[in-house]
Amino acid sequence: MTQAFRVAGGAMLDRARPVSFTFDGVAYGGYEGDTLASALLANGVRLVGRSYKYHRPRGIVSAGAEEPNALVGVARGPGRFTPNLRATQVGLFDGLVAMSQNRWPSLAFDVGAVNDLAAPLIGAGFYYKTFMGPDWFGKNWAWRRVYEPAIRLAAGLGAAPSEPDPDRYVRYFDHCDVMIVGAGPAGLAAALAAGASGARVVVCDENPAPGGSLLAETHAQIAGERAWVWLAEALAALRTRPNVRLMPRTQVFGYYAQNFVALCEGVSEPELIADPDLPRERLWQMRAREVVLATGAIERPLVFADNDRPGVMLADAARRYLHQYGVKVGERAVVVTAHDGAYRAAIDLKEAGVKVELIADLRDEASGPWPGTARAAGIRVATKAAMHEVRGRRRVEAVRLAAHPGGMRTISCDALLMSGGWTPSVHLFSQSRGKLVFDEALQVFKPGASAQRERSAGACNATFGLAKALAEGDAAGRAAASAAGFAAPDARPYAVDGAPQADGGMLGAPLHILGDRHAKAFVDFQNDVCVKDVELAVQEGMRSIEHVKRYTTTGMATDQGKLSNMNALAIAAVAQEKTIPEVGLTTFRPPYTPVTFGAFAGPARGDLFDPIRRTPIHDWAAERGAAFEDVGLWKRAWYFPKPAESMHEAVARECRTTRAAVGLFDATTLGKIEVVGPDAAAFLERMYANAFMKLEPGRCRYGLMLSEAGFLMDDGVIARLAPDRFHVTTTTGGAPRVLAHMEDYLQTEFTDLKVWLTSTSEQWAVIAVQGPKARETIAPLMEGIDLANAAFPHMSVRDARVCGVPTRLMRVSFTGELGYEINVPAGFGRPVWEAVWRELEKRGGCAYGTEAMHVMRAEKGYVIVGQETDGTVTLADLGLDWAIGKTKKDFVGKRSLSRPDIIAENRKQLVGLLTENPNVVLEEGAQVTEGATPPLAAPALGHVTSSYRSETLGRSIALALVATGRSRFGEMLHVPMPKGPIRVSVTSPIFYDKLGTRLNA
Amino acid sequence: MPDAAVALRSPLERLALPAGDRFALAETPPAARFVFRGGEAARAACSAAFGAELPARLGLGGERERRAALWLGPDEWLLIAEGADSASLGAEIEAALVSAPHSLVDVSHRQIGLLVSGPVAARALSAGCPLDLHLSAFPVGMATRTIFDKAEIALWRRGATAFHVEVWRSFAPYLVAALAEAARGAPEG
Amino acid sequence: MLLIPCPYCGMERPELEFRNGGEAHISRPLDPSAVSDADWAEYLYFRSNPKGVMAERWRHVSGCGRFFNVLRDTVSDKFLAVYRAGEPRPPIGAEGSSA
Ligand SMILES: [Zn+2]
Repeated sequence: MTQAFRVAGGAMLDRARPVSFTFDGVAYGGYEGDTLASALLANGVRLVGRSYKYHRPRGIVSAGAEEPNALVGVARGPGRFTPNLRATQVGLFDGLVAMSQNRWPSLAFDVGAVNDLAAPLIGAGFYYKTFMGPDWFGKNWAWRRVYEPAIRLAAGLGAAPSEPDPDRYVRYFDHCDVMIVGAGPAGLAAALAAGASGARVVVCDENPAPGGSLLAETHAQIAGERAWVWLAEALAALRTRPNVRLMPRTQVFGYYAQNFVALCEGVSEPELIADPDLPRERLWQMRAREVVLATGAIERPLVFADNDRPGVMLADAARRYLHQYGVKVGERAVVVTAHDGAYRAAIDLKEAGVKVELIADLRDEASGPWPGTARAAGIRVATKAAMHEVRGRRRVEAVRLAAHPGGMRTISCDALLMSGGWTPSVHLFSQSRGKLVFDEALQVFKPGASAQRERSAGACNATFGLAKALAEGDAAGRAAASAAGFAAPDARPYAVDGAPQADGGMLGAPLHILGDRHAKAFVDFQNDVCVKDVELAVQEGMRSIEHVKRYTTTGMATDQGKLSNMNALAIAAVAQEKTIPEVGLTTFRPPYTPVTFGAFAGPARGDLFDPIRRTPIHDWAAERGAAFEDVGLWKRAWYFPKPAESMHEAVARECRTTRAAVGLFDATTLGKIEVVGPDAAAFLERMYANAFMKLEPGRCRYGLMLSEAGFLMDDGVIARLAPDRFHVTTTTGGAPRVLAHMEDYLQTEFTDLKVWLTSTSEQWAVIAVQGPKARETIAPLMEGIDLANAAFPHMSVRDARVCGVPTRLMRVSFTGELGYEINVPAGFGRPVWEAVWRELEKRGGCAYGTEAMHVMRAEKGYVIVGQETDGTVTLADLGLDWAIGKTKKDFVGKRSLSRPDIIAENRKQLVGLLTENPNVVLEEGAQVTEGATPPLAAPALGHVTSSYRSETLGRSIALALVATGRSRFGEMLHVPMPKGPIRVSVTSPIFYDKLGTRLNA
Repeated sequence: MPDAAVALRSPLERLALPAGDRFALAETPPAARFVFRGGEAARAACSAAFGAELPARLGLGGERERRAALWLGPDEWLLIAEGADSASLGAEIEAALVSAPHSLVDVSHRQIGLLVSGPVAARALSAGCPLDLHLSAFPVGMATRTIFDKAEIALWRRGATAFHVEVWRSFAPYLVAALAEAARGAPEG
Repeated sequence: MLLIPCPYCGMERPELEFRNGGEAHISRPLDPSAVSDADWAEYLYFRSNPKGVMAERWRHVSGCGRFFNVLRDTVSDKFLAVYRAGEPRPPIGAEGSSA
């Protein structure tokens, strides 16, 4: 087939640039500027999809975003596959590969179509009623195991691609004074007015070419010029204004609080291929001072039996295919309508050579300018029409209808054009939380009171007709500009000729359809909802329109009821014997049209998904083959395997070497806060459980921070540098939380204190040197400090120099060995680390990672906040209550320590667990129980918090929280596991060097 | 700079920074940096000692020669002294402030400076920064703490198409990569 | 994303720069040791969670760093008043509520 339905005209087409594409494997031709839908119609393709439930053959109904049927998958190489696209919005490009959906094995022969024959069985609520049992093997067994998988196979829309998407997606925040949604006549008039004020104006349109209805406006004149000429001049004028941005192919899909609107801008396939720097889509999060909604209106289908046959199309869509794309939608057309606009379509089609057999008007009379012009053009018009039958399965072949004059007749045709009038597109207005009102005269919902700084103009405001739309757009643009604080220009009159007003319309279904149990008169094409389904829902007790929607599924899925909502509402109203406003409208929710996952994800994938924080020493570790683990956003060296060494072997060696000689550890990720001011000590005294007033400058203390509820929140070494200056360390993950917690109390409770907090986490690289040879390792590098035990004992801090740069040297230990932490300005972290490394190598030392650190601290019974604790653990539970400043009157968390549940006697306490078999390593998180086989649902005594193989002890060790654990030392308990219970004995949590002689060496 | 036996390292040293006409990134020269905290008396004394005015409220940064004072909060400023030695500059400021309670903390190594420039500089920053960066809303000289996506930054406008961004050093490679990605194919204007 | 007026910056700033700090005007007792267990539990755990006007704390954490209070209508999400920490709750009552 070679574009047999292509005729002259087609404002959108570039006839000099033919393209070829395939649909379901068949090659076709088209032109640049076509949509996939217009090109398929030009090639005479009428069957484009199968319906969701009954698998009925479906064709193209519309020419825009409201298309319910022509959903296709579009591919351009591996990973570049997008399902569920509306063919009416897919720009054609050379090499496009499109395929239909929801059919198997093929579009023409679809096994699922048997559902159509079984349709009496698949009414509204069918899924809810049918698939509830039997529950032979547990609740909903049948649904989960049998029905749902089968239904998913049979139904479902397009498939997701299986390869990663190779295209880029970006997102930007943006701001403007006036945001105009829609570049039809009202939107353009608004843009011209607002643009002239100097305001920052953004105009978006969902289509590749701005213009809206003007693109198909063949006869009208605006200000004495043909509409197309006026459009071109208006666009040129806007493009010369630096304060106006025109964004075609941009869908405004969400309208949120405070004029925050979400835009998805598509980049066309040819542009994307030509420029590899372009993204496929841009997501714009736009904050607008003022918004003008000029989103137009959508033509409403009529509800009659078999109104879903391929070839049944909205009348104005047929006109748009003719004028915009040079496509006639058939050779012989019948028009059925309740609105004058369809006459215009009939006139235009007749001029293009289509044989218009009859305009069948459902109304009692057809008067006014458009019916008059149609009759004058020789088109037969009949009124009081009633549709009875549409013949033809894969495309329309004939219609049977009754009308006056002439009565019942059957007319052969290949296109059936319909119009039930126009529904204002109030989706975005409704999303903005504006109140909709029902216009009795026009039978439409239209914008009422605004909730935000916006205004509607043109057809979306139920202001129909070109002249009125231009005038209202101009007024809206001026109003928006002045509301945004700009001097608006004077009103601009737009004289319009040759575009008489078109009136009329109907809602719901005609009387002879209502109550007909056999008619397949579709209300919602996409969800296969018929009149009888809506009636059944009401009959079965659904009253709220929200319930009717969910019971029937009308208005759901990708088209969100753009075509169906109003008809469904009218049918439900009749069935309930209520008025339409009484029944009410379902809520419009974002997105207006589906948005790709790519647009939402934007650049946040791979390395940009989250910041990856690396220490200054990271590259050194990476160069030596370290394995890393994620700790929050940080990458921390986990262990340093030598060639052919397993993780277990590496960790064992690192522990052994550190305890026997010396180990080097990157502790840079620890949080650090500098607390400075005359009241610094008093502040820490209130924020920590410990006492700080008497801590001497040059000394350190292990600080324990409680939440106000009395639970351990964070811990770390706190060094007093000067009477008014402390260096506070926090856990790696706790740094922001601790700083925020401190700021909260400082700003809102302890406002009497003169003290300030500054994060210094990243100011310092922290090089931990631990082990019996730690002192001799660092000594050659240090200047200005006496490292002797008496001069610089455990828990001390001094300013010194290392390798010629300043250091805050601390003598602290998290291994139980003699240890130092060399704090150096981060930019010197790596060279100082390398200098220490050279000294360390001479002494048989090694670098160790977080795993060895964890093992060694567990051997000493040192807790890790977040591992031994979970926000419900107290210092007493951990055996750390010795650290509490007993004489302090108050500190954060103190009052809670005497609450009844915190002093209860059966609390879980930190203990050590030793497995009977020393080679068995318990699982962290495993439950600890009294008996080997506890009865089902009996509460456990506690759980394992840490568990390792200890090289030092030559066996496994574990820490656990166990009810009244400290009174159970020596008891045998059990850890039940799938392979059988494991016997454990309860011990002290300190496994190694209980007296602490090593760290004081 | 301290009399160091070891060389200063940058978190960006292994990264290729974009350097095109539309968009360029460059690390700012080494500088002494402080976070200064205190009340009005301390602000006045520090302004005199530092040599650049510490602004009293959100707005333009105080700037004199190669020193800048950026308002971060009502009692918080970021002091940047290009090429200065932080130890001696810190001592000078402390000496002038003995009678006014305050906090002066050296953060020279906590963060780095990044010069973001070119016709799409503002657009690239707006990929992660939700502030209005139009010249009418964010004029040349304006400085504030804000965010870029998942990183906190201090943003200081140096020209119509140039921004100085301060970012914690471990977030710097992420910021560089995210800005470069956002600038690629970004529309101007 | 909301725009939140910060009384210390003197301008509206994007929500992403802020952290919510829960209900405002829950003062820590000056002498917690004198508070009964029941009253202490009330202070720790019980919040009003109103539908309508709520006084709540926000911190401009990635801006000026300050805590402050706002009155927000939890139905419309509108900010009705903004005031500095320590200042009394402005007299906006039920008329701001759109229950
Ligand atoms: Zn602020």
